[in-house]
Amino acid sequence: MAKVSPTKTPMREQPPGERIRNYDEVPFGYSPDEAVLEAKRCLMCKNPKCINGCPVEIDIPGFIQFISDKKFKEGIKNEPVAIGRLERFLADWEAEQGDSELPPKPKATGKKIAVVGAGPAGITVAADLVRLGHAVDMFEALHEPGGVLVYGIPEFRLPKTIVFREINYLEQLGVRLFKDYVVGKIKSIDELLKDYNAVFLGTGAGLPWFLNVPGENLNGLYSANEYLTRANLMKAYLFPKYKTPIVKGKRVATVGGGNVAMDCARTALRLGAEKSIIIYRRSRDEMPARNEEIHHAEEEGVIFQLLSNPAAFHGGENNWVKEVECIRMKLGEPDESGRRRPVPIPDANFRMPIDVAVIAIGNSPNPLIPATTPDIETGKGGNIITDPSTGMTSKPGVFAGGDVATGAATVILAMGAGKIAARGIHKYVTEKKK
Amino acid sequence: MAQILSKVEIAPNVHACTVSAMEIARKVEPGQFIIIIPDEFSERTPITVADWDTREGTLTFIFLDIGSSTHRLAEMNPGDEIYSLTGPLGQSFEIGKVGTVGLVGGCYGIGSIYPAARALKQKGNKVICYSEARSKFLLYWNEKLENVSDEVRYATADGSLGYKGHNAGLLESDLKAGMKFDRIIAVGCTFMMYRISQVTLPFQVKTIVSMNPIMIDGTGMCGACRIEVEGTTRFACVDGPHFDGHKINWDLVLARRKAYLEEEIVTKERHHYGESKSD
Repeated sequence: MAKVSPTKTPMREQPPGERIRNYDEVPFGYSPDEAVLEAKRCLMCKNPKCINGCPVEIDIPGFIQFISDKKFKEGIKNEPVAIGRLERFLADWEAEQGDSELPPKPKATGKKIAVVGAGPAGITVAADLVRLGHAVDMFEALHEPGGVLVYGIPEFRLPKTIVFREINYLEQLGVRLFKDYVVGKIKSIDELLKDYNAVFLGTGAGLPWFLNVPGENLNGLYSANEYLTRANLMKAYLFPKYKTPIVKGKRVATVGGGNVAMDCARTALRLGAEKSIIIYRRSRDEMPARNEEIHHAEEEGVIFQLLSNPAAFHGGENNWVKEVECIRMKLGEPDESGRRRPVPIPDANFRMPIDVAVIAIGNSPNPLIPATTPDIETGKGGNIITDPSTGMTSKPGVFAGGDVATGAATVILAMGAGKIAARGIHKYVTEKKK
Repeated sequence: MAQILSKVEIAPNVHACTVSAMEIARKVEPGQFIIIIPDEFSERTPITVADWDTREGTLTFIFLDIGSSTHRLAEMNPGDEIYSLTGPLGQSFEIGKVGTVGLVGGCYGIGSIYPAARALKQKGNKVICYSEARSKFLLYWNEKLENVSDEVRYATADGSLGYKGHNAGLLESDLKAGMKFDRIIAVGCTFMMYRISQVTLPFQVKTIVSMNPIMIDGTGMCGACRIEVEGTTRFACVDGPHFDGHKINWDLVLARRKAYLEEEIVTKERHHYGESKSD
C-alpha cells in the first residue's frame, strides 16, 4: 500500500491557458485511486471535530472510511452533496453508475410543506422533510431550479448537470417542483398557509448593490447578477445558439473581492476579454474570496488592481462606458469586520480604459416576500429575522434560512440553515395540535 | 409551461396570443406583465398582459414580431406549449377614482391600455383613449376600446383615420383646445411615452408611463432595468414599470435601450421608434 502523503492529493485541472477558452469545469475530479489515497490521509480521530464544524452535519469520517475501503456505494449513503473533493468523487462515481438508489419510502405524515425558492437552502429543507414523510412542494421564480447554483456560479466552477441531478433526485423522492412561480405575486404567504402546514422561505439575497457613483447607469455596466445570469442561466456564452446577448468586452473591470467577483472576472476571460481586471479597495489579504478562487483567477491571468475603488465611470460614444476613474487607497485601522479599513489617498485618482464593468460588491436579501408579508419581521439590512435554533420567523408556521435571513453568505451556510429549519419545521408540524 | 389557445395576427406584424394560465389569470391586474421564454433557446421576454378571463383561466397579450424571441413566439401555433411563462410581475396601475383619465396607447400599448380603461371606467372615471398607428389598417382593438371608454381618439401618420400625426400631437392639440385631464397614462414605445410626457408637462397633468427597459429575471435581481427617477435609481421590474413621466431621466432611458443594438435590439428599435421620431 502506498505511504500516506503529508500533503493533500492534488486534483488534476485543465491548464489555465486552455480553460480560459472554454466553459468546462476546471478540476477533473479524483479517480478511484486518488480518492482512496486522499481518504487514507484522514486521521480518523476518536472525537472528530470535523462533524461539529460541518454546517450540514455530514458524517465525514464515516464516508471517508468507506472510500478508504473502496466501498463507494456505502459512502454514498452518507448523503451525496457535491461539496469537497471526496464528496465530489462520490457524486461523480454515483453519476457513472446510473440512477441513484432511492431510500425506502417513509410513512406519509399527512403534513404539507411549501418551500419557496429552489436554491441551496430550499433544496436542503425539501430533501430533509421529504425523507421524514412530509409532502413537499417547492416553488421557484425562475425557469430553472437551483438558485445561485444555476444563475450565479459558472459552469466551469459547478457544472449544472450536478445541480439538476440533485433536483432530479429530490423529485424522485416525491418533492413536487413548480417553476416560473413567483410567491408574493401569484400567491401570498397567507394563501400558502391555507394549503400548507408550514412554509419555508429560502428566497436568497439577489438585490444587487451598486456603488452609487457617477456614470453607473452607462451602457456596458452590469451588476454581477446580471452578468452572471446572462452568462450562466441564459447561456449567453453559447450566443447566438442561445439568444440572450452579453457584451463581450475587451477590457473588463470587475469591482469587488469576493467569490462572485472572481466568477465574473473569470467569466469575462472566457467570453474573450483581453484584459480582465479586479478592482478591490483593500489588499489581497483582506479579500473575502476563497483562496482557491483567487488562485484560479491569478493562474488564468486576471489582473488585480488592489487598493483602488471606483470614483466614477466615464462614458464615450452612445453612452458606453469608456473609462473607470479610481481613488487610490491605503490601509488604516481595522474596522468592525476585523479587516483593515481602506482610506482614500487624496489627489491620487487615476483612470483606466475599459469597455465593460461588472459591479460585484454584494447583494441584499430579496425584498419581495417581506414587502408583501408585513407581519414577517426584518432586520436593518432587509434580512428576515429568525429564531436561530428553529429557523422560525416572527410569523408562526413560516420559517426562513439562507441568504434571505443572513444576508449574502455562502452556499454551505445556506444548506446548514436549511438543516436547522427542516428540524424546526418537522417539530412544528408534528407537535402542533390542530 | 403554458399552452397557446389562440394566436391571431390582429394587424400586420402584431399578434394577439391567448394562453392557458389559471393562477395568473386570477391574480393579474391592469398594467402588470409576464415574462415569456418561447423555447429553450429564447430570451426572457417581458410582455404586458392585455386581457384575461378569470373564469376560463386565460391570459391574452399583444406582441410584435421584432426580435428572435418574439419571432419564435410568432411561429408557434395553438396547442403548442410556451417553454416558460411567469407572472404576474410588476406593480399594477393605480386604479382609483381620479376624474378624467386619458389613456394613450401605441404599438403593443394599445392592448395594454385596454384593461386599464376597463377598470378605470368601472371605478366611475371618465375615460378617453388615444390610439395611434402609421395607418388605419395597423390599428387594432378599436371596438374593444370603444366598449370600455367614453371616447377613443385616433391618430394615424397618414391621416387615414382621425388626426393626421401622432398621439403626442393629438393630445397636445386637445390640451390646447381646453380638454381637461386629471391623469394621463401612456403605454407604448419609449419615444412616444417621452413625447407624451413632454406635451403634458406645461399643462401640469400627472403623467404615468409604463417603462419597457431590457430585463432579465423580472423579479428585482439583475438590475438591468435601471431607470433614473428624480436622480434615484429604480428597478422597472419591481418598483415599476409605471413611473411619473415628468421625473424620469429620459436621455438615460433612450441610451440604455440601445445597449444591444449590435446583437438584436436594432430591429426592435427600428420598429418602435422609426415612425415616431419625426413627431
